Amino acid sequence: MTTAPEAIVGEYKWGFYDPEEALFKANKGLSREIVNIISDMKGEPQWMREFRLRALEIFWQKQDPPWGSPQLKEIDFDDIHYYVKATDRDERSWDDVPEYIRRTFDRLGIPEAERKYLAGVGAQYDSEVVYHNIREDLEKQGVIFLGTDQALKEHEDIFKEYFGTVVPPADNRYAALNSAVWSGGSFIYVPKGVKVEIPLQAYFRINTQNMGQFERTLIIADEGSQVHYVEGCTAPIYRSDSLHSAVVEIIVKRGARVRYTTIQNWSNNVYNLVTKRAVAYQDAVMEWVDGNLGSKLTMKYPSVYLMEPGAHGEILSLAFAGKGQHQDAGGKIVHAASNTTSTIISKSLSKDGGRTSYRGLLKVYDGCENVKSTVRCDALLLDEESRSDTYPTMEIDAPDVHIQHEAYVSKLGEDQLFYLMSRGLSEEAAAKMIVNGFVEPIVKELPMEYAVELNRLIELQMEGAVG
Amino acid sequence: MTALLEIRDLRASIGEKEILKGLNLAINAGEIHAIMGPNGSGKSTLANVLMGNPAYEVTGGDILFKGESILEMSPDERARKGLFLAFQYPVPIPGVTLVNFLRQAVNAVRGEEVPIREFREKLFSKMELLKVDQDFARRYVNDGFSGGEKKRAEMLQMAVLEPAMAILDETDSGLDIDALRTVAEAVNKLMNPNMGLLLITHYQRLLNHIRPQFVHVLVDGRIARSGGPELAEYLEARGYDEFLAELARA
Repeated sequence: MTTAPEAIVGEYKWGFYDPEEALFKANKGLSREIVNIISDMKGEPQWMREFRLRALEIFWQKQDPPWGSPQLKEIDFDDIHYYVKATDRDERSWDDVPEYIRRTFDRLGIPEAERKYLAGVGAQYDSEVVYHNIREDLEKQGVIFLGTDQALKEHEDIFKEYFGTVVPPADNRYAALNSAVWSGGSFIYVPKGVKVEIPLQAYFRINTQNMGQFERTLIIADEGSQVHYVEGCTAPIYRSDSLHSAVVEIIVKRGARVRYTTIQNWSNNVYNLVTKRAVAYQDAVMEWVDGNLGSKLTMKYPSVYLMEPGAHGEILSLAFAGKGQHQDAGGKIVHAASNTTSTIISKSLSKDGGRTSYRGLLKVYDGCENVKSTVRCDALLLDEESRSDTYPTMEIDAPDVHIQHEAYVSKLGEDQLFYLMSRGLSEEAAAKMIVNGFVEPIVKELPMEYAVELNRLIELQMEGAVG
Repeated sequence: MTALLEIRDLRASIGEKEILKGLNLAINAGEIHAIMGPNGSGKSTLANVLMGNPAYEVTGGDILFKGESILEMSPDERARKGLFLAFQYPVPIPGVTLVNFLRQAVNAVRGEEVPIREFREKLFSKMELLKVDQDFARRYVNDGFSGGEKKRAEMLQMAVLEPAMAILDETDSGLDIDALRTVAEAVNKLMNPNMGLLLITHYQRLLNHIRPQFVHVLVDGRIARSGGPELAEYLEARGYDEFLAELARA
């Protein structure tokens, strides 16, 4: 049964839901049986089934991290559907996607965006990918962009070589959970020297109430290649909570460049506990652009492991926490080789009692020379009830390291508001302008369409923020 | 004829401290007035109170602009009515380009969306008038600006917004002589018979470049003396200490 949605945030535009018409919906709760059912239904090779079952054992043994939000304890793992399959197939044409699902993605503007400015699109609805397509010219150059399940079927060799190597199941409790029940996600392989100039995008939608979405994304950028992947996500607003726990693994080979952009806009009843990690080899560049606007609780720290000389890692993190939200975001950079560089820029906004935390790790291994890193965290509080914390950790085991670290927390300035208002802007317009300026360093890194979208989302969040 | 701006027995405080203690002043369209005064006399308070800075509390008197009391108006309402304050310390707004800021300000003050083309033409012509580089408009508002750049940006805003009444708060402070001349030239170009101008300054030197018809000396929250341009020269020659001593004797 579907519960009537209850608006938590009045301005959340994507809170609509479809009547549940799933082909298969696993009973609530987690067990070996559920994991076996998932593996059976997907017709997976034995090694994957064993991988899942091992991960399940790890999940059962592991605890939440001691530093995590106390809200984690509120998750009732017995009250979640771990697998909900809406359709049988991952289609290549929107015409073949079931009507009601296609309508949902239409409302989200995905097919239109695909026609206008994307090189390929994937769409996941609950547990399964319902659509995946890539421009023919890229396909001809050998670029693979598939749902992760389909990729396992069609490209098992390359899949097996990399899957679980960047984020092993034992990495943390939620990585273990994902490894046990994963379903969907994107698989991208970009061959040597191929540059995908236009973004590929995946869109994740949760529809079912009390649903757990556990997509798994694997991106391999071969030597000298380039790709920009964008993901977006939304869900209906239900009275009860859903869980989104993804694992993303990225391998950036010598001289390659990957940018991974997220615009996370889950409804405020979604726990978003995601492990994202990339390894970058010689002269490779990995960039995370991580925007978190939605969800009830997000804990996510995109990471880059700089494995060989010349590698560069960059994390741009933007978090906006409104009423009842906690955005615990940040990033991790691990310098495991000499002559590596990194930058972390974090911008967070809190209002109406919302809470943001920056949590970061910067690690430089012993023996690494000529390492440079810049970390900058800015937090802006829009009112007195809101909160922001910074938890930077540095583990520097090498002497020849140049590190710059700056952190600022500021309140929406009365002097800034007065200045802008003295030029005719209303208080609300002035506050929006200050906030838009504050997030500009992140927004300007986005493709224009996403920058517009992000600014719009921030404006919606800002409605009634002052006065 | 009603004055463009009329200040009647104005009293204002910040926190518990009363700063303006019954200030009277009337400015007509086409007039340039200067208010001079020693540090702590209430010059900046006056500028802030006129523009409606919520950090200051008006405890008595009235401010009439175009014949209407503006005391209850928020700063943006005052701006839309045609009041402009060039800040002594313009505030940086990182991440917001001057051109975007000005566009929104112009739209707000006009109360309608000005077509982008019309806006750009206006902006570029004013930039040319003020001898400002085109790159300037793409920089973030006051962010990392030199003292001179900040003041020039204020003048550019004034030029584009075309207020009926402009208040220049210590616009000469922090400027070297060349920058001062440039800014003063800008003001002279922008001044017109329909506009009122109030210069608030500690030093006489700005008044060598922008010639006021009326000079007022502010002491302890009140206008202590009013006169013509000669009063400014008199002050400059004697210094505030001697002027104050003379006042005390009188």
